[in-house]
Amino acid sequence: MSDKSIEERVQEIIVNQLNVNEEQVTPQASFLDDLGADSLDLVELVMAFEEEFKDEIKGEIPESDSEKLQTVGDVVSYIKDKAAG
Amino acid sequence: MGGSLESPVYSFMSDPRPQTKVVVTGIGVVHALGNSVDDFWNGIIAGKSGIRKIECMDASAYSCQIGAEVVNFDAKACFNNAKDVNRNDRYVHYAVSAGKQAVADAKLDMSQEDPYKVGVLIGSGIGGLETVQEQAWKLKESGPRKVSPFMIPSLIANMASGVMAIEIKAKGPNFAVVSACSTATHALGEAAHMIMRGDADVMIAGGSEGAITHVGYAGFCNMKAMSTGFNDEPERASRPFDAGRDGFVMGDGAGVLVLESEEHAKARGAKIICELSGYAATCDAYHITSPDPEGEGLAYALNRAMAMAKIEPESVDYINAHGTSTPYNDKFETLAIKKVFGEHAYKMPISSTKSMTGHLLGAAGGIEAAICAKVIETGIIPPTINYETPDPDCDLDYVPNVARTGQKVDIAMSNNLGFGGHNATIIFERHK
Repeated sequence: MSDKSIEERVQEIIVNQLNVNEEQVTPQASFLDDLGADSLDLVELVMAFEEEFKDEIKGEIPESDSEKLQTVGDVVSYIKDKAAG
Repeated sequence: MGGSLESPVYSFMSDPRPQTKVVVTGIGVVHALGNSVDDFWNGIIAGKSGIRKIECMDASAYSCQIGAEVVNFDAKACFNNAKDVNRNDRYVHYAVSAGKQAVADAKLDMSQEDPYKVGVLIGSGIGGLETVQEQAWKLKESGPRKVSPFMIPSLIANMASGVMAIEIKAKGPNFAVVSACSTATHALGEAAHMIMRGDADVMIAGGSEGAITHVGYAGFCNMKAMSTGFNDEPERASRPFDAGRDGFVMGDGAGVLVLESEEHAKARGAKIICELSGYAATCDAYHITSPDPEGEGLAYALNRAMAMAKIEPESVDYINAHGTSTPYNDKFETLAIKKVFGEHAYKMPISSTKSMTGHLLGAAGGIEAAICAKVIETGIIPPTINYETPDPDCDLDYVPNVARTGQKVDIAMSNNLGFGGHNATIIFERHK
């Protein structure tokens, strides 16, 4: 298990996949509007979140959920909710 | 159609030479011998082999364990946004790098061009084979949800042209040629025709390949197409026209030229490297992988290309042969050259630079077109290395082992043949 916080791990994935700076990855940042992602990036990001957070999410992120993950903060809250649940 | 061979080039001489001259104004190369035209060319004229033990994968299970892998290549430097590295197969990286080198060499300033008159035609023999392999494994191991959304755009063989256009905002004609090992030669010839018929002022054309993969080696080795006897002496493995040749050696990379109409090149004050004056394409219609043992289809293409350029066989100063180092190709290509050129076949230098570069499949015609342009520019004819034991079936002047300097080459021809029976040849001339 990683010692890093969920926020840090989410940020790391986004920085790597979208080639953005850490400072850009704020909770309010929208993937499409602020981080230069396109629809294909979103699919790949969700796959990466599923892989990194498989212990927290305990399964797949259904499309009905992934559609709602518009900002960095949405993802962090989603993972925290799943981990708590 | 034996008749066409008995009355070679002259039977086509009534065809009009196209009104628009097409010239080469820029060159770009990615290859084991160098990721710039200068480094690559210096290797070629020094007679250096780019073939080594394969390092990008464990090749110990294959009968061929050697290849010409691209090294010291910075994929991030190719793209306007480094994010695009992971969204594309390496064959696209090579294409974009070679394409941008060529555009820089041509000093083509897109802000001064009509974007709809600048097109891209960079083909690939296979496309993103590594992507196919990796994602098929992922599908098998982890199920369909784990397959990358970038798999399809990465693997399709037209994506090099698509991405190159995005990078420089070229909105003219854009697609890919796919004809196995004759891909880039077809692409250059077809691009020249697009300019001649007015579809574009400028075409960025050539080929790219990244097929050194498990799938590629398993497939080609089982076809018995690859060299197997030189795994411990990789630099000696590719030996076109030599009696001891035992198959081709694969290489990765890309070769891309900037072609434009002479009028357009002159209007913007571009440096003109040479003219692309002839091109022809035929098919053996004989067998999926074996060349026609009579060499008829290739001979017809050579004649037809010379007719388009309005040149006589005796005026060809150099042929960059397909010369794959397979027993069949080199024999039948020699036969076709003799049919077309008669006595001149014995007087004209012919080399296979695949002896040094390995066989880049769909990119071969790209790097070999680059070589032909440099031959005309410098008067240096590259050698066929590893030529040790003459083969009675291959009895022409293959420029054995050492480059020839101080040659006057006004007309150079480049041949490439592909699985499917494809024959393509292009002719470069000193610009007058």
